[in-house]
Amino acid sequence: MNLMANLIPAAAEIFLLAMVCFILIADLMLTKSSKIFTYLLVQLTLLGCSIITVGTHENTVVYAFNGMYVDDLMSDVLKMLSYLGMSMVLVYSRQYLMLRGLFTGEFMVLALFALLGMNVMISANHFLTLYLGLELLSLSLYAMVALQRDSAIATEAAMKYFVLGALASGLLLYGMSMLYGATGTLELGAISNAIANGVQNKSLLAFGLVFILSGLAFKLGVVPFHMWVPDVYHGAPTAMTMLIGSVPKLAAFAFATRILVEGLQSLEHDWSSMLIILAIASMAIGNLSAIAQTNLKRMFAYSTITHMGFMLLGLISGGIEGYGSAMFYTVIYMMMSLGAFGMIMLLSRAGFEADTLNDFKGLNQRSPWLAFMMMLLMLSMAGIPPTVGFYAKFSVLNSIIQTGHTWLAIVAVMFSLIGAFYYLRVIKLMYFDAPESHAPINVGSDTGLLISMNGLGVLFLGLMPGSLMSICAVSVQQSLLLH
Amino acid sequence: MIFGLPVISVTIWLPILFGILVLATGDDKNAPLARLLALVGSVLGCLVTIPLYTGFDISTSNMQFVELHDWITRFNIHYHLGVDGISMLFILLNSFFTVIVVLAGWKVIEKRVAMYMAAFLVMSGIVNGVFAALDSILFYVFWEAMLIPMFIIIGIWGGPNRIYATMKFFLYTLLGSLLMLVALIYLYNLSGGSFAILDFHHLAIPMTAQILIFIAFFFAFAVKVPMFPVHTWLPDAHVEAPTGGSVVLAAIMLKVGAYGFLRFSMPITPDASHKLAGVMIALSLIAIVYIGLVALMQSDMKKLVAYSSISHMGFVTLGLFIFNAYGMEGALLQMLSHGFVAGALFLCIGVLYDRVHSRQIADYGGVVNKMPVFAAFFMLFAMANSGLPGTSAFVGEFMVIMGTIKVNFWYAFAAATTLIFGAAYTLWMYKRVIFGSVTNHHVEELTDINAREILIMTILAVFVLAMGIYPLPVSEILHASVNDLLLHVAHSKLPI
Repeated sequence: MNLMANLIPAAAEIFLLAMVCFILIADLMLTKSSKIFTYLLVQLTLLGCSIITVGTHENTVVYAFNGMYVDDLMSDVLKMLSYLGMSMVLVYSRQYLMLRGLFTGEFMVLALFALLGMNVMISANHFLTLYLGLELLSLSLYAMVALQRDSAIATEAAMKYFVLGALASGLLLYGMSMLYGATGTLELGAISNAIANGVQNKSLLAFGLVFILSGLAFKLGVVPFHMWVPDVYHGAPTAMTMLIGSVPKLAAFAFATRILVEGLQSLEHDWSSMLIILAIASMAIGNLSAIAQTNLKRMFAYSTITHMGFMLLGLISGGIEGYGSAMFYTVIYMMMSLGAFGMIMLLSRAGFEADTLNDFKGLNQRSPWLAFMMMLLMLSMAGIPPTVGFYAKFSVLNSIIQTGHTWLAIVAVMFSLIGAFYYLRVIKLMYFDAPESHAPINVGSDTGLLISMNGLGVLFLGLMPGSLMSICAVSVQQSLLLH
Repeated sequence: MIFGLPVISVTIWLPILFGILVLATGDDKNAPLARLLALVGSVLGCLVTIPLYTGFDISTSNMQFVELHDWITRFNIHYHLGVDGISMLFILLNSFFTVIVVLAGWKVIEKRVAMYMAAFLVMSGIVNGVFAALDSILFYVFWEAMLIPMFIIIGIWGGPNRIYATMKFFLYTLLGSLLMLVALIYLYNLSGGSFAILDFHHLAIPMTAQILIFIAFFFAFAVKVPMFPVHTWLPDAHVEAPTGGSVVLAAIMLKVGAYGFLRFSMPITPDASHKLAGVMIALSLIAIVYIGLVALMQSDMKKLVAYSSISHMGFVTLGLFIFNAYGMEGALLQMLSHGFVAGALFLCIGVLYDRVHSRQIADYGGVVNKMPVFAAFFMLFAMANSGLPGTSAFVGEFMVIMGTIKVNFWYAFAAATTLIFGAAYTLWMYKRVIFGSVTNHHVEELTDINAREILIMTILAVFVLAMGIYPLPVSEILHASVNDLLLHVAHSKLPI
C-alpha cells in the first residue's frame, strides 16, 4: 500500500493538525482585541475539515496504516457531527468567554486539539490509536478546565479531572496489555479473530475485559465510576462544561463500540451482563441525585450520567437496532446538551453565572422565546413527544424489548419517570414562578439564532426523526457488523 | 375534503395553527386581538368537523376518512388517521368545547391572554389527534403531547396550590403512559413490525402476555379516566385549574382514558379483559358508591363536581366491562353526556367564582335572589348531574344499569345507588348555594349572567336536553362500531 492510500483516509485529521499548528502561530501575531480572526479561522478550519471528510468518503470500509486506522461510514458521520458540535460550542461560548477574558487563542487551539483527539478515536482500529486519541482529547480537556487560573473551583475541578482521568487511562492501558497478552495483538479485528479461534488463557482475557470496561465506564461517566462528573461539570467554566458534556460523547460512543463490538464481540455475553448493572445503577443514581441539585450544571451532570446509562442499554441489546439506537441516542443527547448549556451561557452576564435553578425563575416573563426554547430542550431530555428525545428513548427501548429484556425496559421507563420530575421543575420555574432578577438578557444575534435553531431542531427532528435514525442504523450496519 | 385538504388533518392542524398565530400576538397589549383570533380559530375548528358528521356512513364499522402516509419508515410508523362512530363523536365534542372554553375565558383571563388561548387551541388539535390516530405511535405522540398544554394551563392560571396539582397531574399520567409505551413496543415486535392499532386487534397473544399488556394499558388509561384508586390527581387538578381548564379536563381529558380502554385494552387483550373484568367492575363500583359518598362531604363546589365526575366515570368503566351492547353504548352516551353536564357545572361554578372569588359552598346562599336566570340554568345542569329522566345523563346511566342487571343483580343494585347519592350531593349543594336568604354582602352584590354567559349556557342546555329526549341521532352513529367492538371482545385472541 502506497503512502497516498494511507494518507487519504486520514486527510481530514491531517488538515486539522496542520491548521491547529498554523492557528497556534498565527494567534501569536494577533493582538488581544483581534482574537475574532482566530475564531473565524477556527470556524473555517471546521468547514474545511467537513469538506475534506465528505470529499474523501468512500462507500466501503477503508483501512490505513496497516489496520491502525479505519475510515468508514460511521466514522464519517460521527466526524461530521463532531465538527458541527464543536462549531456550535464555539458560537455559544464566544460572548461568554469574551466577558470573562477567556476568549484566547489557547482556548481555541485546545478545542481543536480535543477535536483532533476525538476524530482519531472515532477512526481508530487499534488499541494504540484509540489510546492516542483518548489521551489527546483528555489532556486538552484537562487544560481547558484549568484555563481560568484564578478560579479556585475551576482549578480544583481540573485537578480532580486530571487525577481521576489519569487513573482511568491507567486502568484502560492495563486492560489493553492483558488483552495483548491473551491474544498477541492490539488490532481490533485481529483480537476478535483470536478470541473467536479460542484463547488459551481465559482468566487473563476476563481480567483484561474487566479493566477495559472500567476504564471505559470512567470515560463515559457511568456509575460507579461517575464521581468526577458532577464536580467537573460544576467547577469548569460553563463553556468548558459544554464542551466536555457534548461532543466527546460521540467519540466515547465510537470508542465503546469499536472496542466492545469490533474487538470483543465474542465476549458479548460477558460484557453485556456487566453493562446491565452499570446501566441500571447509572439511571438510578443519576436520576435520584439530580433531583437534589440546586445547581443546574450539577443537575445536568447527573442527567448526563443517566443518559449515558440509557445509551448503554442500546449497546446491551446489540444488533443493528441496538447499536443504531445507541448512536442515535448519543447524537440527540449531544444536541440537547449543547442547547441546555448554551442557555445557561446566554443568561449569564459579566461576573454572573446563571447556573442555579433560581436563575431560571420567571424566564417566561423576561423572554418568552428563550423560555420556550428551554422548554423544548427540557421536554426532549425528559423524552416527551413531540420532541426528538422521545424517539431517542423509543428506539433504545425498542431494541431492548426486541432482544427480550422487557423487564429492563420497564426499569428504564420507571427511572425516566423520576427523571421527568427535575426537567419539569425547570419548566415550572420558568413558567410558573416570578423572576428574581429583571436584568435584561443580552443575546447576540449569532447565539440567538443558534439557540432558536437548536430548540426548533429538537422539535423538528421530533416530527421527522426518520432520516437521522436511518443514517445511524446504516452507518452502524456498515461499520460494525459487516466485515 | 375541505378545500382539497383531508378533513381529519384539518381538524387537528387548524386549531394548532391558530394557536401559534394567537401566541404570536405577543403580550397582553394585544389581548383583544388574541381573543378574537382564538375565537375565530375555535369556531373554524368546530366548523371543519361538520363534514365528519354529514359525510359519515353509519352502516359500517370500518374506519372512515382514512389518511395514510409514511412517516418513520424505519419503524414502519405511519401518519395514519381515521374515525369510526366512537371517535368521530368525541372529535365533535372536543372541537365544540374549545369554542365554549374560549368564550368562558373571554373576560376572566387577564394576564397572559395569548398564551392561555393558544394553549387551549393547541390542545384541542392534539386531542383530536388522539381520537383520530390509527397508528399507535402517532397516538402515543398526541397522547403525551396533550400533557404539555394542560401542565401549563393548570400551572399558570390555577389556584394557590397549582404547582403541586400540575406536577401531580403530569407525573401520574406520565407513569401510565410510559408503561403503555413498553406495551406498544412489545406488540410491535409481536406483530412482526407494525404499529397499526387495527393490526394489533388481530394479534394472537398468550394469556400471561395479555394480562401484562392489559395491566400496562390499565395504568395509562385508568389514571386518565380516573379510576379508583389512581384518581387522586383529579380533585387537585380540578380545584386548582382555571374554569376553562376544569371544563376541558372534565369534558375531554377524562374521555380519552375510557376511549383508550375501548380502542386498546378490550380489543387487543380480550381474554385478559374478561379475566380481569371482575377487578374492573369492583373498582368501578367502588368509584360509584364510595366516591359518591366522598362527594357528599365536600365543602368546595369544584371538588364536589370533581368527585362526582369520578363517580360518573365509574359508570363508564362499569358499562365497558360488562361486555354487552347496552352497557357499552350506555357507557359511550354517558361519556358524551358527562362531557356536557360536568362541563356546564364547572362553567356555572366559574360564573360564581369570577364574581365572588370563592368556591366554598359556605360562602354562598340565596344566590337565586340576585341571579334568577343563572339559578335556572344551574338547576337544569344540577338535575342532569343527578340523572333526571329527560336529560342526557339519564339515558346513559339507565342503559348501563340495564346492561348490568343482565350480568348480576347486585352489581346493578350498587350502581343504581348513584341515582340517590348523585341527587343527594348535587341537589344539597344546589340548595345551600342557591336557595335561602342572602347570607353575606358578596352575594348581595352579585349581578346576573350577561349575554355571553347566557349564550354559552343555552347552547349547553340545548344539548343536554336534546340528548336526553331524543338520543337516536347519537346512538345510531355508535351502533355499528359498538357491535364490531363487541365481536372483537367476544373473540378469544389466545394463540391456538
